[in-house]
Amino acid sequence: MPDELNDNSDQEAPIPATEGQFPELKHGVKSSTMDTSPIDPGNIEVLQILDEHGQLDKSLDPPLDDELLVKIHRGLVLTRAFDHRMLTMQRQGEMGTFAPNLGQEACQLGQVIPLSRKDWYSPSYRSFGAQIWRGWSMERLLLLWAGYHEGFPPPAGVNDLPFSIVVGSHVLPAVGVAMGMNYKSDASCMVVNFGDGALSQGAVAEALNIAAVNAAPVVFVCENNGWAISTPLNKQAASENLAVRGLGFGMPSIRVDGNDILAMTVAVDEAAQRARAGGGPTFIEAVTYRMSLHTTADDPTVYREEELVDPWEERCPIRRYETYMKYKGLLTGELIQKIHAECEQEVIEARDLFRSTAASHPREIFDHLYEQLPPELEAQRDAYLRRLDERGGPDG
Amino acid sequence: MAELTMVEALNLALDQCMDRDADVCLMGEDIGINGGVFRVTKGLYEKYGARRVMDSTLAECGIIGTAVGMAIYGLKPVAEIQFSGFTMQAFDQVEQNMARMRNRTQGRYPIRMVMRTPYGGGIRAVEHHSESREAYWAHTPGLKVVIPSGPRNARALLAASIEDPDPVVFYEPKAVYRAFREEVPETHETMPLGKAQVVRPGNDLSIISYGAMMRVCREAVDDLVELHGIDVELIDLLSISPMDTQTLSESVSRTGRCVIVHEGHQTCGIASEIIARLNEHAFEYLCAPIRRVTCPDIPFPYFQTEKQFLPDADTVIGAVQETLAWE
Repeated sequence: MPDELNDNSDQEAPIPATEGQFPELKHGVKSSTMDTSPIDPGNIEVLQILDEHGQLDKSLDPPLDDELLVKIHRGLVLTRAFDHRMLTMQRQGEMGTFAPNLGQEACQLGQVIPLSRKDWYSPSYRSFGAQIWRGWSMERLLLLWAGYHEGFPPPAGVNDLPFSIVVGSHVLPAVGVAMGMNYKSDASCMVVNFGDGALSQGAVAEALNIAAVNAAPVVFVCENNGWAISTPLNKQAASENLAVRGLGFGMPSIRVDGNDILAMTVAVDEAAQRARAGGGPTFIEAVTYRMSLHTTADDPTVYREEELVDPWEERCPIRRYETYMKYKGLLTGELIQKIHAECEQEVIEARDLFRSTAASHPREIFDHLYEQLPPELEAQRDAYLRRLDERGGPDG
Repeated sequence: MAELTMVEALNLALDQCMDRDADVCLMGEDIGINGGVFRVTKGLYEKYGARRVMDSTLAECGIIGTAVGMAIYGLKPVAEIQFSGFTMQAFDQVEQNMARMRNRTQGRYPIRMVMRTPYGGGIRAVEHHSESREAYWAHTPGLKVVIPSGPRNARALLAASIEDPDPVVFYEPKAVYRAFREEVPETHETMPLGKAQVVRPGNDLSIISYGAMMRVCREAVDDLVELHGIDVELIDLLSISPMDTQTLSESVSRTGRCVIVHEGHQTCGIASEIIARLNEHAFEYLCAPIRRVTCPDIPFPYFQTEKQFLPDADTVIGAVQETLAWE
């Protein structure tokens, strides 16, 4: 070991002094060699059509047909009824841990209302309102959150990805699906949903960049609900808004009132149309609020003052939409009550169906890992099944 | 039959698979016009165009994550990670999605993709360019892990991996890339995954190895046979996962003695798994403890020290002699 090379404790090479050697650098001057055009956060559009009191900006009222408008109302109410029922079932021990979505119903439905069956959707774990709209049955979602494998795959004919529990890890595959559309000249699009916390993940930054560089037909919906479990937004991002992130990657970006179902639907529709037409990705920051728990294993009173939640009661996405629907003459107070009751009944029926059909299949855990089970896993399966047999009963 | 290097043989496999199946596409850093830093994809960009030979952004996690998405969509991507040391950036997507998407979705989304990457030491490369971490992938349920040792099996195994219905991690021994030529048939050729090959039958002792270490073992076997008169059986594992336990246990049941040679670290390495399987299947035939010849559990050293760090033929010969001397 040449010690003299390693022992520099006494004679460290001095850092050469540079003070005064550089000319004073000027900021903000035009350069002939560098593009100095700034990324202007002012380029970010903000969209709200229905304000928190249900007041409509008539110039922006989208020409949606009456049937769809009524269906949207039902979707919102059903999402909340389902969320409420899931919470009850979880508290009674019938459901595993799940992430409630109280207050985020408009944000979630707005992401998928403009999509066709050919388009794809990649949900986050809080997106079950959007999943129901896409064609997931409520029984299937109950199976999923009650811990049955059978609830995990998307139903036949529904082009959805499974959500990811590792926050943000679904976004890259979602971009890959969209790259596949480009590969096959398929004029469809992918909408991928994630939260403000996911935006801190490196993999999500990679996904945004790769989508932009490859003009992948993706709509990124960043559901900014203010919280990542106990961590508030100002610990996730120092920028004033999150939409600026998309702009930085070179894609059109917009900030939308996430509790305004009309604004969400219009913004996603416009982005989806651009994506299908070859215009590449769009970043949508949907501003909403997580009024309830992160998950049922969470206690927000530890880290959040209740007063922070109160203003969001006023911004309820369902109430403001009901005001709009009454204004349009499409719903009455009586009809609204009836729809709430019907949705509640629909959820109860789904719960009963779930209760009567839920069954675990411990013998099938080896069935889906490989197309053909390798010999070493066959041996492990045989030993596992013997163990179940010894315990007796079909399920061990 | 043409005499090809491993690089040329891999290129042939990619070319023929792309020609046979329009859903096979390539992704990776510098694989397009540049033909890959080792030139494995040379000429394919010119032949198949930018749609099918995609130069990726510099993001390994992004390459594997988007490849998974393309596979979900129904394509068969072959993703190159420039050096296996950089696959750690992609670990997230391999573990969360590539390995288990089929299982997560009860078979709805099988992932037909290959992650190709050059592994191992011996080419005087800079830090993070010489790792052998196949044990990570073999430990991950849902993957297949394949490591060829020469041009002919490299071509046949890569073609089989691309055609396989499951996700494959394909480790290419870069020390062998241009080390020698071998006759490789021009017509499409595959080898079954999960099968080891008895390269030299023998009766006194079994040597089990794979990848770049097969060259070291062949050199050792030549010496042992010719100079010492020891009748060694040499087995090329080829597929780390699934592992051909049957071929290994049949061999060791016959010879009663075994030495396992690999570049990867010792603790929880592939040799440990082989020993466990031989304990289960050939314990009563063992005449001596099974020995491991591996790199020590030290991060791969900077290249002036790699010659000493990597096992060589003398190390293997020493281990064989000690195993034979055990009574």
